This record gives sequence, structure tokens and C-alpha cells, in this order.
Amino acid sequence: MRLTCPHCGPRDRREFYYYGASEYLNRPGPEAAPDAWDSYLHLRDNPAGVTQDLWYHEQGCTAWLKVTRNTVTHEILAVEAVAGGTK
Amino acid sequence: MRYSGLRVITEGLFGNRGWRPAWRDPAPKAEYDAIIIGGGGHGLSTAYYLARNHGLTNVAVLEKGYLGSGNIGRNTTIVRANYFLPGNSEFYSHSLKLWEKLELELNYNVMHSQRGLINLFHSDGQRDAFARRGNAMINQGDDAILLDRDGVRDLLPYLDFDNTRFPIYGGLLHPRGGTARHDAVAWGYARAADKRGVDLIQNCEVTGIDVQNGRVTGVQTTRGAIRAKKVGIVVAGRSSQVAAMAGLRLPIESHILQAFVTEGLKPVIDHVISFGMGHFYISQSDKGGLVFGGDLDFYASYAARGNLPMVEHVMEAGMTLMPMIGRARVLRSWGGIMDMSPDGSPIIDKTPVDGLYIDCGWNYGGFKAVPASGWCMAHLMATGESHEVARRFRLNRFATGHLLDEEGTGSQHNLH
Ligand SMILES: Cc1cc2nc3c(=O)[nH]c(=O)nc-3n(C[C@H](O)[C@H](O)[C@H](O)COP(=O)(O)OP(=O)(O)OC[C@H]3O[C@@H](n4cnc5c(N)ncnc54)[C@H](O)[C@@H]3O)c2cc1C
Ligand SMILES: [Zn+2]
Repeated sequence: MRLTCPHCGPRDRREFYYYGASEYLNRPGPEAAPDAWDSYLHLRDNPAGVTQDLWYHEQGCTAWLKVTRNTVTHEILAVEAVAGGTK
Repeated sequence: MRYSGLRVITEGLFGNRGWRPAWRDPAPKAEYDAIIIGGGGHGLSTAYYLARNHGLTNVAVLEKGYLGSGNIGRNTTIVRANYFLPGNSEFYSHSLKLWEKLELELNYNVMHSQRGLINLFHSDGQRDAFARRGNAMINQGDDAILLDRDGVRDLLPYLDFDNTRFPIYGGLLHPRGGTARHDAVAWGYARAADKRGVDLIQNCEVTGIDVQNGRVTGVQTTRGAIRAKKVGIVVAGRSSQVAAMAGLRLPIESHILQAFVTEGLKPVIDHVISFGMGHFYISQSDKGGLVFGGDLDFYASYAARGNLPMVEHVMEAGMTLMPMIGRARVLRSWGGIMDMSPDGSPIIDKTPVDGLYIDCGWNYGGFKAVPASGWCMAHLMATGESHEVARRFRLNRFATGHLLDEEGTGSQHNLH
């Protein structure tokens, strides 16, 4: 599996650390109800098909990336930087 | 038909003409008292114990493929009771006791082999952690022996004891740990459940769950609608999809775990061994193949195959630990879809929908749990109460903070 980092180009899967569903970007506000935190931290759509998740280019540019990919075929559909917009 | 040694001899003498199919192939009825979705190890054992322990025999197991086509037929078959946390400890202890009588109970040879499990440690800190775990196992009434380096060398002389990067300090031996034949466990429970009247319905995919006024009323399947007042979801890696049919969102992320087997060799590895400094564990099957694996590929996946980096890592770790296996040829590798929970422990509980129950979150340790999971899920579905040894496996424990994080890695699904 290869991910095309917007900064570094196509790189081997081993350079990346996988964090989990892109849900982690939607951190509830300080006023949010406990349910919102439970949902944010634990509950997952966990789709069999297209999903979006977070990968960290640990052994490259150290950018956090939002990856759109298919969990059934392992096809990578899009990779964008979380910070600083897309490229 | 009872299986026995005499039966095998008699059949052999008369041309093996007397064997009958091990279970029926019934068409689904319009209604059952209880439906189990999923014909893996846990679904089949749940159905069996519903009939055996609670007298509920008007039960159907609905399986989308064939019985045993999921993880129950894809795992590396390790059976152990070496858990640390209260909640897990008594559950796996109960399971191991059921394993020890399983063949008599089911009248089926599941090839349960208590060959001993050795978890190696490679530093003072790791030794202390294993000593504590061993004490917890002994407190639970199970067995554990802390081996020093020479103790390990006596049992496993073929390990690389000269490795200076990952020196072997010793190992925690769990003598009652071992392996079993995975398919046979599914077949044994299937046959025993069928004998008690349970309908095992294959090629029957559940496509919807019917809920009226907050109560489950039945399921929609590729073989028509079936009514039931009690429905159990027992579908391992597919838990999120099936629960979504009832509007539920689960604390589960599905991940891929790979395993490998070599060509058959003469007996060489007598135990189950795990490496403490890389992702590698190994045993030898009765057919002679070395069966080994490592850790998850670490990204969410529903493909029943993995990627090469984990293959490479597992091979490297194996070669580091026991260079003697380097000449064995790997025949096959495969993957299974693991239902990973945020604390690495399972869920056996009611859902917010009345009459709908769920058994999931087995991570990569659900094979050894097959007997106790079925026992406790059946207890829950029959009585409406959690079984004593499964009382902490609650669906809402993440919200309430009652986590069972055995590895202490925090709420990230792929780290358990
Ligand atoms: C490579 C690998 C190694 C492992 N090693 C070990 C080990 O050494 N020790 C250990 O304890 N555990 C191990 N495990 C984990 C263990 O195999 C699983 O936790 C356990 O088998 C899961 O429960 P199950 O048997 O019920 O799952 P499954 O056999 O996967 O059963 C679920 C069933 O549900 C069916 N299903 C899904 N959706 C539907 C639907 N909509 N309608 C009808 N049916 C449906 C599926 O077809 C499947 O047959 C390993 C797993 C893997 C993949
Ligand atoms: Zn990069």
C-alpha cells in the first residue's frame, strides 16, 4: 500500500502511522454533553467501503493527513493535508 | 449418531457406508423463539447453550455463507486463560474450564491440546509485568510458572540465546494453555446444536432487523422474513453493519489480522511461543505446519488479506527469535476481519432495542472465548441478566468509564 503525501509524493505505507477515523477532527466543544464525547472517542461508523481516516507522515514531513480510501479494496482515493488546506 | 473409536473401526470394516451428514439443512421457518445472526464459533456456541442450559430449542442460526466461513476458520487457534484484569480474568478462566471438557460435552474431537504457552520477556521491566500477570492468573485459580533464562532454554533450546539486541530473560509458562482445531470447534458445536433441535440455516444473509415501538420483531433475510422476539447479533467483524440495521452505532472498528502456515514438518515446536520484542507468535499444528502470526496491519479494513509490511515484520521477528525456521517454506497467508473495541475487551450485552442482544468486540482473542461467550450470551438471551463472569462486558462501559483496558494503551481501537 502506498499513500501519496501532498508534500512528499508517493510513499510506502511503513512511513505512516495510522490514527483512526477522521472523526477525531470533530472534537466536541467544552460545553458538549457526555454523549458527544463518548461518540467522538469510541463510536464509529466503521464502513465497509469508502472511509476517511487520519494518517501521520511520521517518517516523512510529519504532516497529519486525511485519507479517503476503500476499506474493502484498499484503494486510496484521495490524500489531503489536515492543516494548510489541500493540494 | 454417536461418534466413537468403535464406530470408526466398524465403519472401516463395512466400507464407511453408515456415516450421515453431521447436521440437517432445514428451510427457515416463519418464526422462532430466538434467532442468532452469524454462524461463527460464538453464534454456534450461543445456540448450543440456549438449548442445553436453558431448554430453548426453537432457535435458528442464520449464516450468510457456510458455517465456519468467518474468523472461526481463520484463526491461529490459541486457547489460554492468562488475563490480568478482573472482568476478563474470571471470564477466560471459565472458558478454559469449558474447553477442558468440550470434547466429551460435544462428542466431537476438537483436538484441544494443552501443550503449554510461553510468553517470553526480554527486560527487567517486562519480567516484573509478567510476574504480576502470573500472580493474577494464580489468584484466579489458573496456572502460571515464571521461568528464568535457563528454564526457557531447557524447554526451547532452539531459540537464539545469543541475540544481544533482544536478550531472552525468561518466560511466563501457562501449562494449561495450548491450541485446538478451529474448524472442528465450529463443526462440533453445530452438530451438537442441531442434535438438540436448533435450525442451522446457511446461505441466509440478514439484510434488515425489524423493530416496532422499540422492540425487535424479527429479521429480513435473503431467504425471506423471519419473526422472533429475541435476536442476537453475533457477527464478529461485521458487527457495525448488522447493528446499523437496528439504528445502532457501535464502539467497534474492523481491522485486518494476518496469519501464516508453512509446509508440514516433523514435530519441532512443542509449545505455543510468543516473542516479547516484536509481533510474532508460533505453534506447530498436528499436521506439521508451523502456524504463526503477528499483529494487526493497523488500519481499518474489511479485506480478508493484508499488506506486505506486516508480512515482512512477522518474518523478521520470527528469524530473530528462532533462526532454525528460516528454511521452512511458507505455504499460505491470509487475513481475517477483527472487531476491535476501544479497550480491547469484548461486549456481551443488551442493546437499547428490547429483545436485541449483541456479542462482539472480540479483537484478536475470540477463539479461546468461544465456549464461555456462547455460555454467557445464551444466559443473557434466556434470562435477560448478564452472566456473572461476563457482567463487566457492558456496551455502555466506554461512556461510563468502566474500561477493561488489558494492555493499558488507551481508547484507540487499533492499539489493543
Ligand atoms: C489471523 C487470525 C488469528 C487469530 N488467532 C486467534 C488465536 O490464536 N486465539 C484466539 O483466541 N483468537 C484468535 N483470533 C480471533 C478469533 O478468530 C475471533 O475473535 C473469533 O473467531 C470471532 O468470533 P466468531 O468465531 O463468532 O466469528 P466468525 O467466524 O467471523 O463468525 C461471524 C459470522 O457471521 C456471519 N455474518 C456476518 N454478517 C452476517 C449477516 N448479515 N447475516 C448472516 N450472517 C452474517 C459471517 O459470515 C461469519 O460466519 C484470530 C483471528 C484471526 C483473523
Ligand atoms: Zn509527507
